[in-house]
Amino acid sequence: MALVEFADFSFKYLGADSLALRKVSASVNEGEYVVITGPSGCGKTTLCRTANGLVPHFHRGYIAGNVFIDGQNTRDATVAKLASTVGLVFQNPANQLVTLNVEKELAFGPENLGVVPEEVRQRVEEIIDLLNLEHLREKHPHEMSGGEQQRVAMGATLALKPKVLVADEPTSNLDPRSAELILDIIANLNKRNGMTVILVEHRLDLVAKDASRIILMDKGQIIADGIPRDVLSMDISSEIGVGIPKATQVYKRLQAKGIELSRVPLTGEELALLVGEAKRR
Amino acid sequence: MIMIEDVHFAYDGIYTALQGVSLQIEKGECVAIMGTNGAGKTTLVKHMNGLLRPQHGRVIVDGADAKNLSIAELSRIVGLVWQNPDHQLFLDSVRKEIEFGLKNLGFTPEETDAQCTQTLKNLGLEGLAERSPFALSGGERKRVALATVLATEPQVLALDEPTIGQDAQQKELLARMLMDLNDRGRTVIVVTHDIEFVIEHFPRTIAMAEGRIVADGSTSSVLSNEDVLERCSLTLPQLTVAARALHKAFPQVSERLTLLSELEDAVSGILGGTQ
Ligand SMILES: Nc1ncnc2c1ncn2[C@@H]1O[C@H](COP(=O)(O)OP(=O)(O)OP(=O)(O)O)[C@@H](O)[C@H]1O
Ligand SMILES: Nc1ncnc2c1ncn2[C@@H]1O[C@H](COP(=O)(O)OP(=O)(O)OP(=O)(O)O)[C@@H](O)[C@H]1O
Ligand SMILES: [Mg+2]
Ligand SMILES: [Mg+2]
Repeated sequence: MALVEFADFSFKYLGADSLALRKVSASVNEGEYVVITGPSGCGKTTLCRTANGLVPHFHRGYIAGNVFIDGQNTRDATVAKLASTVGLVFQNPANQLVTLNVEKELAFGPENLGVVPEEVRQRVEEIIDLLNLEHLREKHPHEMSGGEQQRVAMGATLALKPKVLVADEPTSNLDPRSAELILDIIANLNKRNGMTVILVEHRLDLVAKDASRIILMDKGQIIADGIPRDVLSMDISSEIGVGIPKATQVYKRLQAKGIELSRVPLTGEELALLVGEAKRR
Repeated sequence: MIMIEDVHFAYDGIYTALQGVSLQIEKGECVAIMGTNGAGKTTLVKHMNGLLRPQHGRVIVDGADAKNLSIAELSRIVGLVWQNPDHQLFLDSVRKEIEFGLKNLGFTPEETDAQCTQTLKNLGLEGLAERSPFALSGGERKRVALATVLATEPQVLALDEPTIGQDAQQKELLARMLMDLNDRGRTVIVVTHDIEFVIEHFPRTIAMAEGRIVADGSTSSVLSNEDVLERCSLTLPQLTVAARALHKAFPQVSERLTLLSELEDAVSGILGGTQ
């Protein structure tokens, strides 16, 4: 069985009139990097919450179908148990931060998983170094800028060394260079350590190069699931308002005019390369 | 409309956030403030409606020194949307949330109703009017926070990270609404990390780092200045990257193209004959 398996899963929040997820089926294998995208309100966050058991254990409601994490049905597992496999970075970082300073925040997760104190300290230092958090070490998580909070929230989740990282719009408050830096770190952990990544993002120009797959959602359903170049060049993607890279948009416009490039470009450099190639043909 | 003179601010007197910021924004301008995480952008816009008061320097709003005006008085002129919508929403329905601000500013019941309905529509929130703001998605909550301020059409709109959580279509709706308010004389100030949103809609950009303004000028000049980009943790717009790469291989393509259609035409020009 896949590491993460959504099997015909539906969910309706308590008191809501309509389903937030409708018969969602997808599987994510170990080592994959999957990007989830789709219009605001389509169910991305709800799907993330199912992966670590917040749905249905914390957010209650009607459920049908099943979600399996590493073979375990999330209906039967506790959130604490699932935390040893799945680490979730919340969409709103402020809601994730619970301690009195950044150092404690980074230690909190591993401590709760029962990691020995010495290793906890080591992980905290590694994360402070990796995410440039030294100047924030002593700060209160609620007395920081939005971007600083988001870096700390990512750090706190990475300190768990999760088998599966689920990150819900983890760059939304980051300046463009920090966004690139954090995404590079995630891509590296994916490639080098085999960490499985499920990441929600609207800015696909930032992640398309790292992702092995893009899952496109609309109105609680998965409407496309494939490699980035295929999903991004589908008409439906532009129709429902996905943040398609500019280079891919140029490709689409040229195609409409009868000008074909040999593949779908994801970046400006790649576009220039393909144009050069087409010119020489 | 807004003048900031040598403003300094440190939280609790020790955490330095602004170290001598001066700027002037005229009535009817559309300005983007960008820059490094922790640069002081949020701190700066909170000075515009009196949520924070300068520890040194002056803030002048519509000709009056802000120190002589209460937050309530300043908020009538400058409508601020917070970076985190949780700090702004507190009622149990989206409609009540939007009506609250309108009623407070003395709009009549008819006007309140009309503005509320129109704003819900403009921001794609029609179906959510009776919902609790606490049972919404992140992007929906941000749009509700935006709606509470946009509905009142203040003279100055100061929006902290308005595109957070928004998909491409919602961003377009928001931009349209802002440009319409700007056409009707409102001053629009956004703090954002979204380079494409800025280059497409904001003629002027202020770039900040470490509590100071590093650059203040036309968006195209600020966002093509490598030194400023480096110091303020910014990157080149996607289309500039594409134009520069094309220019390298095909010198006839200008590196300064900023529109999708210009790039499309440039490539058609290169390949037109070969198809
Ligand atoms: N309540 C607070 N108490 C102490 N320090 C704070 C507080 N809020 C912000 N700071 C600090 O003030 C500085 C400026 O923060 P500010 O929120 O203005 O940055 P920003 O430019 O808006 O950043 P971002 O892009 O991350 O939102 C940062 O160093 C931050 O850590
Ligand atoms: N706690 C809740 N109670 C009831 N309904 C909810 C709750 N949270 C979200 N919803 C609804 O469920 C649907 C899916 O929400 P979700 O947060 O998963 O969307 P999303 O794709 O993450 O959106 P965004 O991009 O805006 O963050 C939306 O219609 C939303 O209004
Ligand atoms: Mg969400
Ligand atoms: Mg800020």
